[in-house]
Amino acid sequence: MSAALLIDLILWASVAGVGYIAYRRGPKVMTASLREGSWDFINIVPRIAVGVIGSGYIAAVIPQEIITGWLGPNSGWLGVATAVVAGAATPGGPVVGFSIGAVALKAGGGAPQVLAYVIAWALFAFQRLLLWEIPFMPARFVWFRAAVSIPFPFLAAAIAMVIGKP
Amino acid sequence: MSDLSLKDPAEPDETAEGEPAPRRKRKPIGWSLITIGVLVLISAALVWRRDGIEGVTEILTHDVTLFGGILPRVLAGCLLGAFIAEILPHDKVSRSLGADSGLKGLLIGTAFGAILPGGPFTAYPVASALLTVGADFGATIAMVVSWTLIGYGRAVAWELPIMGADFTLWRIAISLPLPVLAGAFGRFVYVRMYPAKKLAKKDDAE
Repeated sequence: MSAALLIDLILWASVAGVGYIAYRRGPKVMTASLREGSWDFINIVPRIAVGVIGSGYIAAVIPQEIITGWLGPNSGWLGVATAVVAGAATPGGPVVGFSIGAVALKAGGGAPQVLAYVIAWALFAFQRLLLWEIPFMPARFVWFRAAVSIPFPFLAAAIAMVIGKP
Repeated sequence: MSDLSLKDPAEPDETAEGEPAPRRKRKPIGWSLITIGVLVLISAALVWRRDGIEGVTEILTHDVTLFGGILPRVLAGCLLGAFIAEILPHDKVSRSLGADSGLKGLLIGTAFGAILPGGPFTAYPVASALLTVGADFGATIAMVVSWTLIGYGRAVAWELPIMGADFTLWRIAISLPLPVLAGAFGRFVYVRMYPAKKLAKKDDAE
């Protein structure tokens, strides 16, 4: 069984679980939630269509070599800072950031820099903020969360430099 | 195709029945989608100039397939968020994840984000539901950061195969303290930015 299938199973089992709890509270609670969730879904689909179907194009034109070239092992804190900016600028989606990170590692990138890149990308890739987070969450929360997240790729890089891993 | 959902479906009858859970207002298509749309168009034009029409259709086919695979999960995420907003008791959530929940609230948020199944299609609806039912910014930040950094979904499906086990495991180990720190930092900043509005989180629901 593939990991993706397993995760899907856990996901739908969770939906069934909370749905059952809602049903126990009364059919009205359940139908209200079902309708609410379905409306959210209908609202979000056009955005996701644009974002997911379009993200391949964004990924195809970002200059990978330039990003990986910035992350050399001797680039120090400037390299970490560049990595954070590059991570924020890399489109979201599950693959792009990791792929560039892997290329950077293979091309001799420094581990702390690549770590900072991957963590910055995970925390605040602009495309994920715009495509996924803004539609679902209060905009004020999204910007606040992104702003307070900024120090953490640096902290992770510092930890990596101190312990000498990965 | 974007015109389909332009209308904000504020159904008045829906709030009239059942539980008086605060409803999340849905946003019409706004500048965020337009930004992405413009970026996509520019990028597609660049791909077309570089690789010709085959390049464009190849990426399109791949991404449409990806989109088809994601759709059911998006539905699952939306339903999960809606059910959680409905069934979680507000008073308990505000006590265990609210502004005064302390380290415990941040740890609960972190644990919740780490075990949450699915991708962004689950994490953000559920995080939004938590905000709606009384979690504060700090605990919700801990949850979102935990989901993104130590959640197993993306790590197992994508990071392990692409980055390798060594990098992935160290990356997660180094990330372990970050959700609690980010949540604590978020709280620290929040009470200083909005000192009077500590509990006025209903304003955020837009």
